[in-house]
Amino acid sequence: MVPITTLHYLVVAAALFVLGVIGVLTRRNVVIVLMSIELILNAVNLNLVAFSRLYGLHGQVFAIFVITDAAAEAAVGLGILIAFFRNKETVNVDEVDLLKW
Amino acid sequence: MQPVATTFFFYFLAAVTVLSGVLVITRRNPVHSALALILALLGQAGLYLMLYAPFVAGVQIILYAGGIMVLFLFVIMLVSIEKSQKEEQFNNMWIVGLLAALALGALFIGVYVKGRDLFAGREVALPEQSNTQQIAILLYGNYMFAFEIASLLLLVAIIGAVVMAKKRI
Amino acid sequence: MLDDVTSYLKSDTTPGQAGNFLWAFIYILLIFLGLSVAVIAMNWLERKILAHMQVRLGPMRVGPHGLLQPIADAIKLLIKEDIMPSESDPFVFWTAPLIVVLTAFTVFIVVPFGPTHAVTDMNIGVLFMLGVSSLSVLGVVMAGWASNSHYPLMGALRSSAQMVSYEIAMGLAVISAVLMTSLNQSGTGTLSMIGIVQAQEAQATWFVFKFFPLGLIAFFVFAVAMVAETNRAPFDLPEAESELTAGFHTEYSGFRWSLFFLAEYSAMIAVSSIAVTLWLGGWLHPFPHWLSGETWDLVFSLFPGLTFVFLAGLTFYSVARMPKHPYFRVQTMGLAGFGAVLGLIGLALFAPPVRDRVQDIYWFAAKVAGFMYLYIWYRGTFPRYRFDQLMTVGWKILLPIGLGVLIVTAILGVVL
Repeated sequence: MVPITTLHYLVVAAALFVLGVIGVLTRRNVVIVLMSIELILNAVNLNLVAFSRLYGLHGQVFAIFVITDAAAEAAVGLGILIAFFRNKETVNVDEVDLLKW
Repeated sequence: MQPVATTFFFYFLAAVTVLSGVLVITRRNPVHSALALILALLGQAGLYLMLYAPFVAGVQIILYAGGIMVLFLFVIMLVSIEKSQKEEQFNNMWIVGLLAALALGALFIGVYVKGRDLFAGREVALPEQSNTQQIAILLYGNYMFAFEIASLLLLVAIIGAVVMAKKRI
Repeated sequence: MLDDVTSYLKSDTTPGQAGNFLWAFIYILLIFLGLSVAVIAMNWLERKILAHMQVRLGPMRVGPHGLLQPIADAIKLLIKEDIMPSESDPFVFWTAPLIVVLTAFTVFIVVPFGPTHAVTDMNIGVLFMLGVSSLSVLGVVMAGWASNSHYPLMGALRSSAQMVSYEIAMGLAVISAVLMTSLNQSGTGTLSMIGIVQAQEAQATWFVFKFFPLGLIAFFVFAVAMVAETNRAPFDLPEAESELTAGFHTEYSGFRWSLFFLAEYSAMIAVSSIAVTLWLGGWLHPFPHWLSGETWDLVFSLFPGLTFVFLAGLTFYSVARMPKHPYFRVQTMGLAGFGAVLGLIGLALFAPPVRDRVQDIYWFAAKVAGFMYLYIWYRGTFPRYRFDQLMTVGWKILLPIGLGVLIVTAILGVVL
């Protein structure tokens, strides 16, 4: 059995990051795009916490800041989504092609 | 207490996290996506526990799974999306997006294969029993200013969310 | 193997810390059994107490004084037809009750029934309990959404908004209690459930009386928020029967409905035990510092046995009052048997090795039982809130109070 090293965690984080990027770049539904952004942030968090095993607790503190940021982002993003839905009756990103309606 | 069956739990949690990640970006129904994301977040909380970060794991569960995701589910139910489920799910540039993302993944693989030796065998012993206290000391000591900025950020986010979601201000 | 079993009995750590899997498993089993019995008892007690508040008898037919009513209910629920709406989302519909039950039971692994009577003691105990119990709202939302019907969806929407709002007030109240644990020589607090009770022991006061009336206000905020968190009256809007039929579990029937029922009551017990641990001194007996010494220790250790003997006495009094008609003979004998069992348990609790071991659990359970009575009392007396009133209470009253208490506690902690 190979012992679990930091590299293993980094690979998981990379996989999550790529999944998140695929979601952001290919999906049309705004909600799922926002959730993919959460996936990306989580991949970053996993990296930070994994590196905190090597360099002390600073990574974990940073991960907490990232979670705070994710909460703010989700609140604002969903607020925009509701305003958008109220005006255009759709949740598809590629239909946001007008600056004013 | 010594950790038990580390290898098994790592692969189990990693599989849960990555597979739910795949489900998040492939489901047609946003509610299913959200539930898969919750599973991914919980799996990741398990991974944090394995990395001796119990406080981050707790925050992950209470804030992400219990707070942010409930907000997501709330909004998904508020904006009824039955129509959008029958539409095309991927945008017309999806091939380009997929290729770019895969190129990014290849980049990651390349970096990790090249820099494999950098990570081996230099783990520092983290204080398992006083993790929360240590984090608190860092958070209110070294990172005091960042902490205050984060509180301002949250205030801005609250105001922004209210301004945008309210019908008439 | 036998060494494993016996060696732990003299240890003074929880099984989780000692790494003793066998005992951890036994504790989990005991907690599961105890919770199930408590939920069954609560089912009966709630009906009886509500009935007495409304000057009626409550269940009287199934068994003496309706004692077998919960069992009859359970059988009815298990053999009922299990209906799934045809337009529902089967997978989500299936998993929702499981999630609710799982979260409601999982929180109990950190509940400290005594200094050694917990499955494990986590460094993040309180955070874990709040986090996992906040996951139960996901089950509620899933249930409401998967039913694909209007009332459940409304219930789920209400539930998610309500729980997210009250979690904040609850968290602020909890933080002010956690701050109080740091008022010691080293100045470091703790989130561990056992550590919190030990801090109250060391500071010679329950946190509800700390910085009077600050602790009391924080406790009040928590006590209101916890009723809202468990969706109980007067905050039972997600399942308000006069508005939403049965709210999020309208479409559930039979076994899956009973899972929601089980989860609701064990969640009530869970949040009550958080409140007891944080403010009411956990397993400590009343006035741990005024009434200490060998005599008082002996007196307090007799309480568990006395309680059971008292209950047995009440039961025998009811036996004497049963109608003397031969038709009631089986019921009278059953009630007498029940009383005899209670009395025997009481006598067993008087034995010195048992009573020392059980005392902590008894005081913890007694305090939690007090909260359970409060829950029933609220349900019997308060009218239901309107939804905007609920939000007003959460955001405009409890949140500022919680913040104020937190700030004042922090200032006092620095000054004193």
